[in-house]
Amino acid sequence: MAVSVDKAVSPGPVRDHRPPGRRRRGRGRVVIEVAVLAVLAAVMLFPVLWMIETSIKENRDVYAIPAKFFDFTITLDHFKDVFVASGGGPTTLSGSFLNSVVVAGVSTVLATVLGVPAAWAYSRFSVKAKKDQLFFILSTRFMPPVVVVIPIFLMYRQVGLFDTKLGLILIYTAFNVPFTIWMMKGFVDEVPAEYEDAAMLDGYTRLQAFWKFTLPLLLPGIAATAVFALIFSWNEFVFAIFLTSSDAVRTAPPAIAGLIGGTTVDWGLVAAASIVFALPVLVFSYLVRKHLVAGVTLGAVRR
Amino acid sequence: MGTVAVHGLRKSFGKVQALDGVTLDVPHGSFFVVLGPSGAGKTTTLRAIAGLEKLDAGSVHLDGKDATGDAPADRDLAMVFQSYALYPRLTAYENIASPLRARRRSSSEIAAAVERMSGLLHIERLLQRRPAQMSGGEMQRVALARALVRSPRAFLMDEPLTNLDLKLRVEMRTELTRIHRSLGGTFVYVTNDQVEALSMADYVAVLKEGKVQQVGTPTEVYERPANQWVAGFVGSPPISLLACHAEGDRLVGADGWTLPRPRWTTAEDGRPLMLGLRAEDLSVEKRGDTSLSGELYGLEPLGDRTVVDVRVGTEILKIKARPTVTGTPGERVQVTVDLDRAHLFDAGTGLALSQAGR
Ligand SMILES: Nc1ncnc2c1ncn2[C@@H]1O[C@H](COP(=O)(O)OP(=O)(O)OP(=O)(O)O)[C@@H](O)[C@H]1O
Ligand SMILES: [Mg+2]
Repeated sequence: MAVSVDKAVSPGPVRDHRPPGRRRRGRGRVVIEVAVLAVLAAVMLFPVLWMIETSIKENRDVYAIPAKFFDFTITLDHFKDVFVASGGGPTTLSGSFLNSVVVAGVSTVLATVLGVPAAWAYSRFSVKAKKDQLFFILSTRFMPPVVVVIPIFLMYRQVGLFDTKLGLILIYTAFNVPFTIWMMKGFVDEVPAEYEDAAMLDGYTRLQAFWKFTLPLLLPGIAATAVFALIFSWNEFVFAIFLTSSDAVRTAPPAIAGLIGGTTVDWGLVAAASIVFALPVLVFSYLVRKHLVAGVTLGAVRR
Repeated sequence: MGTVAVHGLRKSFGKVQALDGVTLDVPHGSFFVVLGPSGAGKTTTLRAIAGLEKLDAGSVHLDGKDATGDAPADRDLAMVFQSYALYPRLTAYENIASPLRARRRSSSEIAAAVERMSGLLHIERLLQRRPAQMSGGEMQRVALARALVRSPRAFLMDEPLTNLDLKLRVEMRTELTRIHRSLGGTFVYVTNDQVEALSMADYVAVLKEGKVQQVGTPTEVYERPANQWVAGFVGSPPISLLACHAEGDRLVGADGWTLPRPRWTTAEDGRPLMLGLRAEDLSVEKRGDTSLSGELYGLEPLGDRTVVDVRVGTEILKIKARPTVTGTPGERVQVTVDLDRAHLFDAGTGLALSQAGR
């Protein structure tokens, strides 16, 4: 507990009845805690800080030895380079970002549209071997993508899905539907089934009852689940690199990775591209943060 | 019209047999109470009538037509849920309006109906509140209003008064009976409160462990309980039960007491019986020739009356007496028994012995 000097000597009601010795030891502990956390934060955030710095340094400052922390000229050229090609016109990298938006967006929408009704059904109806089915659905997530990517690559090549956005959308949807079902089943379980019962007696059909009365209560959960699905699809690397070959289809993660590997690496461009890549996730999470908190804590609230 | 008939309802949840062959016949326009202790299957019965529960066996007939497989919306019923099930995001007004909105009534008609209902149930000032902003009793009245706002085939009510305080509950009992009389609908009303059942019902069905124990008017159920369990469940203070058997023209208690054998009983000598005596059929004040002697065990003053506990042998008799009655525990007392109003049950099956000729 943080006890300021003012509070400790204030004549007001004393709520802290611990003996003074222990209180002092408590203050010492706070100092240590803050110090440890500060060090940890510095270590954790250093790569991020460095990335931000690199993205706004001029190239000669990027490669300067010893490294420059503060005294460099700020430039936004790297960010321009992410989107605008040297001869004018959009870069292939900007195309990759667009591909990422399409693939992640569509697969998230699909997973939500498929997963939410499925979760509702699993929550509300008695289904044969429900537990086994749910376990089976979850088990598809146990397999790391690297393990299944080769067979999927072969299958995709056979059916013509290799190097298509549709192929990526399908595989991401397939990975996100089980996740959506499991997350959403928890949320649906939290909404009493009797709202739907009451609605059906009011004269609505079962689907209307779901749509009009349960779905609005699920929106925070859907937002939270969709954000997680979106982040998964947006960040996914293994499928993206194995199942695409052309720049026209490639999504941002393999495209950014592809920037590293030539004889010279344009670190400023890599850093700028990485920031552009990270930004949507941050912004999106920030926008739905209330729902995220509501979503994550919903199960903890007793009715 | 509004008749509800269920036949042979069976429903199990895993190992629990919630309904075990429930058959009920609710006449048009009646106030039909389903009475039973917690877990008896009352809610399940109502949900089966409403079409919310998939049955293992049995049929539901509404207005004489088989409705067993019909969707809830097609059954033209209204229900008050035990948990109210008010829509949390809607105001009381919108909650009450919901059944009419679902049936696409005009908004002027809806406004008039909601206003009428809120007047009837004294909830005018709650109309703009959400369920989270209401007390349990207020929610219950809004839930009642939502059910009563329409004139369906029948009203299903699952313990609609249990969460009200005693004063309000007594008021609402009278109110509901009045509403029933003025609206004239068929009410299927579930409760675990036998006072509620006896005071409101045209007919009572007593339910225990998914089986109907007895159906009848409140008087029938109270005066002629079909078995020992019903006798014990209905009535307050509970009926006193004494083990005994017949011997010639006497009833002989397990503890050695004897009473004249009621003329109407046909039980053969020696068959183990239970003698059921209601508190109001016993007296410590009157003097009569049919009496049991015991010792005063305790006094329970209840304001308008006092319940006197008397120990006869190893068993306790509960006796209704005037509030002025006094005594000290341990003192000997004579308990006068109105044997014409006594009940006899077979100790093995619990079934009431034939009371023909009464
Ligand atoms: N959905 C369910 N899943 C499992 N068991 C259930 C379910 N619904 C009811 N039961 C069980 O069936 C039995 C009857 O339940 P029901 O709700 O009909 O009782 P009740 O008479 O309404 O009791 P109460 O007065 O407590 O409301 C109980 O033993 C209950 O535990
Ligand atoms: Mg119940």
